[in-house]
Amino acid sequence: MVTEKDVQHIAELADVGVSSGELGTFTHQFNAIIEYFDILDRVEGKCPVTRDLFNILREDEIEPSLPQEEVLRNAPAKEDGFIKAPRVM
Amino acid sequence: MSGEIAFNPDDKYNAFLTTCRKAPHGTGKLAGVAVAVKDNISTLNIETTCASKILKGYIPPYDAHAVGLLKSEGAAIVGKTNMDEFGMGTTTENSGFGPTLNPCDTTRVPGGSSGGSAAAVAAGMVRMALGTDTGGSIRCPAAFCGIVGLKPSYGRVSRYGLIAYSNSLEQIGPMGKTVTDVSTLMGVIAGYDRHDTSSLNKPYNHTPKADIKGLRIGIPQEYFGKGVDSQVAAVVKKAIGRLEELGATTVPCSIPSMEYALAAYYVTCTCEASSNLARFDGVRYGPAADTKKSWHDAYQEVRSAAFGPEVRRRIMLGTFALSSGYYGKYYAKAQIARENIKADFNRIFADVDVIAGPTMPTIAFKLKEKSDPLSMYLADILTVPANLAGIPAISVPCGKSEGMPVGLQIMGRMFDDERVVDVAYAYEQAVN
Amino acid sequence: MVDAEDQVIVGLEVHCQLDTKSKLFCGCSTDYRSDGPNTHVCPICLGLPGAMPALNKRAIQYAMKVAKALNCEVLNESEFSRKNYFYPDLDKAYQITQYDKPLAEGGYVEIESDEGGERKIRLTRIHVEEDPGRLVHMGNVERGKYSLVDYNRAGIPLIEIVSEPDMRSPKEARKFLNKLRAKLEYLSVFDSEKEGSLRVDANISIKGNERVEVKNITSYKGVEKALLFEVTRQKNLIRRGQKIERETRHYLEARGVTQSARSKEQENDYRYFPEPDLRPLRVKSWVDGIILPELPDARRERFIAEYGCSLNHARTLTGELKLANFFEKVVASDKAGLAPLASTWIADTLIGELNYRDMSLDKVEPAAMTGLVLLLKAGTITDKSGVEVLRVMLDQRLKNETVETPDAIVKRLNLAKTTGDSGAIAAAVEAAITENPKALEDYRAGKGGALNFLVGQVMKKTRGKADPAELNRMLTEALKKREA
Repeated sequence: MVTEKDVQHIAELADVGVSSGELGTFTHQFNAIIEYFDILDRVEGKCPVTRDLFNILREDEIEPSLPQEEVLRNAPAKEDGFIKAPRVM
Repeated sequence: MSGEIAFNPDDKYNAFLTTCRKAPHGTGKLAGVAVAVKDNISTLNIETTCASKILKGYIPPYDAHAVGLLKSEGAAIVGKTNMDEFGMGTTTENSGFGPTLNPCDTTRVPGGSSGGSAAAVAAGMVRMALGTDTGGSIRCPAAFCGIVGLKPSYGRVSRYGLIAYSNSLEQIGPMGKTVTDVSTLMGVIAGYDRHDTSSLNKPYNHTPKADIKGLRIGIPQEYFGKGVDSQVAAVVKKAIGRLEELGATTVPCSIPSMEYALAAYYVTCTCEASSNLARFDGVRYGPAADTKKSWHDAYQEVRSAAFGPEVRRRIMLGTFALSSGYYGKYYAKAQIARENIKADFNRIFADVDVIAGPTMPTIAFKLKEKSDPLSMYLADILTVPANLAGIPAISVPCGKSEGMPVGLQIMGRMFDDERVVDVAYAYEQAVN
Repeated sequence: MVDAEDQVIVGLEVHCQLDTKSKLFCGCSTDYRSDGPNTHVCPICLGLPGAMPALNKRAIQYAMKVAKALNCEVLNESEFSRKNYFYPDLDKAYQITQYDKPLAEGGYVEIESDEGGERKIRLTRIHVEEDPGRLVHMGNVERGKYSLVDYNRAGIPLIEIVSEPDMRSPKEARKFLNKLRAKLEYLSVFDSEKEGSLRVDANISIKGNERVEVKNITSYKGVEKALLFEVTRQKNLIRRGQKIERETRHYLEARGVTQSARSKEQENDYRYFPEPDLRPLRVKSWVDGIILPELPDARRERFIAEYGCSLNHARTLTGELKLANFFEKVVASDKAGLAPLASTWIADTLIGELNYRDMSLDKVEPAAMTGLVLLLKAGTITDKSGVEVLRVMLDQRLKNETVETPDAIVKRLNLAKTTGDSGAIAAAVEAAITENPKALEDYRAGKGGALNFLVGQVMKKTRGKADPAELNRMLTEALKKREA
C-alpha cells in the first residue's frame, strides 16, 4: 500500500512534480498498478540472466565532435560557449 | 540527391507532427518512395519531439542509423508521425499534440503508440512508414488500422537514434500496406551498426515466399482465452483456417508464463523509462528551465509542466520500482520472468515453426474509451510476450469485426523474421 | 603512539582519469583542456536523445592493467549500471558506472607506515565509470545566480579505486596516494599533470564514532590537508562531548576547510540497474596477457642494487616515473662512476631547487645534469660552486634565456676550484689571519670556533672556489707557523 506521502516522495525523487489536486488520483492508480505487479511474487527461478553478447567493445579511435554551435543549438540558454543551467548552491 | 518529392497531404487524421513539403530523395531500392518516420526516431535537421512538449523545438544534429539507411537507399523522409508521448500508450491519445484518428473510423483510435505511422499508411498518405515497438506499438496500430507491421527480432535493426523508452524491449520496424512493402523496408533498415552494442550482423535479404506447406503453427490457448473478444477470436481462427488450407498444420500449445508477462513488461519498461526520461530537464534542449532556481526546483517545474500525465505516471512507477529496497521485488523478478517467457517460447518452438493468434484482444477502441491506466495496460497482453522474449512478430490484416480491421499476429523463432514475413505473405496472397 | 580512543580511521575512493585517446563511450577526443567549452562533445557525451554508448576497449585494458598491478582479482563477469541522480553536470541524469559487478575486487598497495615499516593498505574494488561535465558557478554562495556547464569532460574514462579503511592518519593517506599515483604513472595509463586527473573522496572517523565522507578533494596534495582539518574538527567535537554526525562534507580547497553538504544530497537513492545499452564483460582471461612494466617497488630495489643508492634516495628517485627516468639518463654514460654523486645531487639538491622555483623537472636537460655531476666528480668545482652552477642554469631556463652548459658557466664565472699551490689562496690565508688578530689569539687559546671563522673568511675572499679540505690544511699550517 502506497500512501500519498510515498507518492509525493517518489515524485520528488523523479523530479516530476505532483500537484495536490493530482495526488489522490495518482495514489489510487498507483496502488491498483502496484497490486497488479505483485503477481511477480509468484515468479520462480533464480536463473542468472542469460545474455548472448559479451565484450562488445570499440577501438580507442578519435572521431569528430560536433561543432560548438551544434552543441549549443538546442540549448534554451547559453553564455560564452557554456550551457546555462540552474544554480546548485 | 536525385530529386524532390512535394508532400502536402490533407492530414485529416492528425497523423503527422511535422511534414516536409519538399523532401529530397536519392537513388536506390527506395528511390523516390515517400516514407514517414515516427517522431521518436531522430532525423537530422527535422524537429523530433516524441510527441512531447518537453522536446518541442528539438532539432537533432544527427540521423538515426535506420534513417541514414533509408536515405542511402533513396527514400524521401516526408514527415514525422504522431504517437503516444515517448511511446507510452496504446491509442496515440497520449500525444502532447492531440490524438490521431483512425482512418477506418474517425470516432476510434488508430492504436498506439505508432498510431500516426499506421494512419498515414492506412490513409494512403505514404506507402510505408517506420514505427517502433516496445510492447506492441507497431503491431497494435497496424491491426487497428488494417495495415501490415513487423516488430523485428531484438538486435536486427539498430536502435541508434531511437529516443529510448525501454531499451531492452524496443525495436524500430517497418509498416506498410502490403507484406511486400514491409519486407522491402525491413531489407533496408536491418543490419549491423557499431553504434548499438545490441546490434547483430544479421542483415535481411529476403523476398517473401507464399509456400507454407508443412508449416507447423502453434496456437496458444492464452491467445483465445479470457479477455479476448469472441468475435475477434473468431475472425482470427478463420484466418488460421486459411493457413491450414494452404498446407499448414496447427498444434495447440500453452504459454504459462503469460500469467505474469504483462507485469514483467510494465515493470521493465517503467524502470528503464524512469531513467531514460530523466535527461529531459530543460538545460540542453527543450523548454527552458528557470536557471535562477535551484536545480531540483527548476527541473520539477519544467518536467511537471511539459510531460503528460501518463508519462509522469510511468516515470513515477519506475522510480518507485527501482527505489531502495524494491529492486529485487520488481526489476530483478521481471528479468527472471522474461527468462521464463523465453524458455516457454523455446519449448514451443522446438515443436512448431511459428505461433499464431490475434494481435489485439479487441478492435480499435472508441476515442476516450479507455481512461483507467490499468485497463489500458491490459490491452497489451497479446503483444508484450514477443518483446519480452525478443522474438519477431508481424501483424497482418485478416478480416473485420464490427466493420473494423482485425490483425493476425504471427510470432517466430529468434531471428526467424523471414519466416513470419512468409506466413503473413502466404495469408495475404491467399485472401487477395 | 596515539591513544586507542583517538585512533583515526581513513578509507579513500580515488578517481583517476584514464589517459585514452577517445572518451569512454564515444569517439570525442580526451585532449580538451586547452580548447573552449563544449568543443569536444557529440550526441553521445552530450546525452542527446537516442544516442547510445559504445565501450572503449583501451579503457578496459588500462583498468585491467591497474587491477593486475594492484594485485586485484578481475571478476569473471562484470557489467555497467546506471546511477540515477539529477545534477546539471550530468548530461543523461545518470552516470554509467559499475555497481554490484565491478571489474575487479581485492588487492592492496604497500606504503611506508608512520612507524617506518611497510604496511599493506587493502583495496575493496576497482571499477570503471564516466566523468560528468564541469560546472562553473556564477555568483557567490548567497546570491548564487546560475551555473554554466561545459560537457568537454563528460565521458572521460575514470577508474575508481576504493580502499578499505586501513589508513591510520592523514599522513598515511598522503603516502597511499603518492604510491598509487606513482604506480599509475609507471603503468602509462594516467597523466598526473593534467588538471583534475585525480580526485578523491575520503571517509574518515575517530574510532568508535560515526564516519564522515569528505567529497570533492581535487588534488592529491589536498587530501592530507582536508583530513587534518577533519581530524581536528572531529576531535574537538568529541572533546566537547558532542556527537559526530554521519554526513557528507565538501572540501573547500581554497579555504582548506570542510563544509557540511546540504541534507537533500544525502537522501539520494541512486536506483541502480544494469545499463541496458551495454553488454557485460567477460575479460578475466585477458589478465594473463597483460605484461606489466617495472613498478616503483621493483625499481627502488634495483636502484639500491644497481646504483648503490641509499634507501631514502632510491625511494625519492623512484617515487615519480619522470624522476626515475631522469636519474637513469643522467648516469647512463658511467653508471658506477656517476650514480653516487648523481643520486644525492638529484634527490636532494635538484628537487629542492626545483620546488623553490615551482619548476617542473621537464625543464631540466639530463645532459646538463650529467655535465654538472662530471665537474663535481673530477673535483673541478666545489659543492658550493656546484649549487651556483645549477641555480644559474635553472634561472636561465626560467627566464627563457639560452641555457649555458655547466662548463661554460664555470668558465664565465671563474668558478674552477683554486688549488693549494696557487698564490691566491695562500695570499687569502695570510690576509685573513693578519686582518683578524682576535681570531689568531682565540686559536692560540685553544678555542675551536676560531679555525672555522677563519675558514669562512678565506672562503669569502676566494668566492667559494677553494677546496675545503685543501684550505683547512693550508690554514692550519699557516697558524702553526705563527705559533712557532
